[in-house]
Amino acid sequence: MLKYILKRLIISLITIWLLATVSFFLLRSLPGNPFQTEVLLSAEVQQRMISYYGLDRPLYEQYFTYLGNLVQGDLGYSLKYVNRSVNSIIAESFPVSAELGLRALAFALPIGLALGVVAARRRGKAADYMSVLVAVIGISVPSFIMGTLLQYGFSVKLGWFPVAQWKGWEYTVLPSIAMGLGLLATLTRLMRASMLEVTTQDYIKTARAKGLNERQIVWSHQLRNAMLPIVTVLGPLVANVLMGTFVVEQIFAIPGLGMHFVQSVQSLDYTMALGLTVFFGAFLVAANFIVDLVYGVIDPRIRVAD
Amino acid sequence: MNSTSEAKSANKKFNFINKAELQHEAIVRPSLSFWKDAMNRLVKNKVAMLGLSIIVLTIVMAIVGPWLTPYSYNQTNLSNINAPVSSTHWFGTDTLGRDLWARIWMGARVSLAVGIIGAIIPSLLGMVIGGISGYFGGKTDMIIMRITDIGMCVPQLIYVILIMIYFGSGPLPIILAFALTGWMGAARNIRGLVLQLKEREFVLASRALGASSWRLIFKHLIPNTLSILIVSMTMAIPSAIFYEAYLSFIGIGIKPPMSSWGQLVNSGISVFQIYPSQLFIPAALISLIMLSFNLFGDGLRDAFDPKLRN
Repeated sequence: MLKYILKRLIISLITIWLLATVSFFLLRSLPGNPFQTEVLLSAEVQQRMISYYGLDRPLYEQYFTYLGNLVQGDLGYSLKYVNRSVNSIIAESFPVSAELGLRALAFALPIGLALGVVAARRRGKAADYMSVLVAVIGISVPSFIMGTLLQYGFSVKLGWFPVAQWKGWEYTVLPSIAMGLGLLATLTRLMRASMLEVTTQDYIKTARAKGLNERQIVWSHQLRNAMLPIVTVLGPLVANVLMGTFVVEQIFAIPGLGMHFVQSVQSLDYTMALGLTVFFGAFLVAANFIVDLVYGVIDPRIRVAD
Repeated sequence: MNSTSEAKSANKKFNFINKAELQHEAIVRPSLSFWKDAMNRLVKNKVAMLGLSIIVLTIVMAIVGPWLTPYSYNQTNLSNINAPVSSTHWFGTDTLGRDLWARIWMGARVSLAVGIIGAIIPSLLGMVIGGISGYFGGKTDMIIMRITDIGMCVPQLIYVILIMIYFGSGPLPIILAFALTGWMGAARNIRGLVLQLKEREFVLASRALGASSWRLIFKHLIPNTLSILIVSMTMAIPSAIFYEAYLSFIGIGIKPPMSSWGQLVNSGISVFQIYPSQLFIPAALISLIMLSFNLFGDGLRDAFDPKLRN
């Protein structure tokens, strides 16, 4: 087990390094320079900015400086926000995105899984059709449309919740639902399919044959096995949700990470875009790593195989 | 004398049977192939057929829609901006006085084309790469799988944004971005399937009879993975449509005066508190077409799933 963890850890580190390298050169190959868009800067000032940030030095030199800083956990200074380090921007925005993500998860995870289980248990009955309907609609309505509709209905028309911004509990309700619905739908579909798959397995027949009652069969045989595919997708899913989705943050004017990410790539804020990419990548890698470990706990068969 | 009696008794031992009885054993109905059976069940699935008819209707409207109105999708008319739904402008006009009927069906062409092509290309690419990886195994497999391992650790949005900024915005860069990022998931799925199939008895039997790799791949492996691939391709279409809309919505996909549904939602949002129809029509269409593809895909999956056969 220790050897397995170590091996996975090394692969994870290599992945992050490759990600940092590829993104570094990809970003640098984009046409233009980060100071071009500022209308007031003359060519001379632009040149001075470029040399101030060291962007005129050879690319490989910049790359090694960048890697050296990265190893120490320093992501550099933003080229757009004067005098602010990428670390401080992440420290400020990430908790907001993470809180929104956690709220969306807290809303979607229990309801989604429960709907999936109920749908599979009552297959072909009204409860099944209702769950499938909720799931299909949740998947089909994009989050940005759902967010706008919720905002229009519950804030503008009914006035139940504030329209936008992030100042307290009542501000979090609509964005969490807008983000959570798609997630809920995905989880419902996965859980339903997974439960149905498990129901026809031989060990369920065995469990029934040896006289276990229905509750024991569902809880300790069906659910435990049906959870496996869910756990696999849960890692990347949670990472994605915690990092915030750009559109929901944009619609509700929430100061999260998503906004910074798209803006930084568009305005060629190299250090910011790179810092966020590496942060996000590392987060995703970590989530996958944890999933793999959890997998071993849930499914002893996998531990044996390694 | 003796011989004739023997012949008589032999005649008693072996009676002619009634030929009509043999007919009971014959297979009366034509044998049903896998594909025919799946088609039968798909056609009986009302929800899936409803999805399919909405898809077909939308495609037809995307082709003929822009021609039904005298206005063009990019012709502005500043004396008639934000017009409501009326008999001249069937969906009204936008903030620059462009006819929204024309813009919506032009947008449908872009959204559907990007969605369908953007789903099929990465799936086919993934099928080829995953098939090679699973079939040949060994070092090839290891290298391909490590590439996808690492590639899939990076959120798709990062690649797509980088590609879009590099190649500019428009339908072709979006499709390219999908092709470059989407094959990895498909390749992993197909590889898993091929790995399973490769060990099955019918493949072994075919190999024992001297079949070449070529024959094994095209006669056994591909036909057996095809149904799963078709389902996953159908399911990839709504997510490609969603992704295009998402990119256009955040302003890096399709840009005006070109039109796509995501771009229309994006411009509708800025005025939706005053002119809600400018947002609701494209928003409803995106949701409806994604719903239809999802329903149709579900129907296909159920039709192909041998476990659901009776």
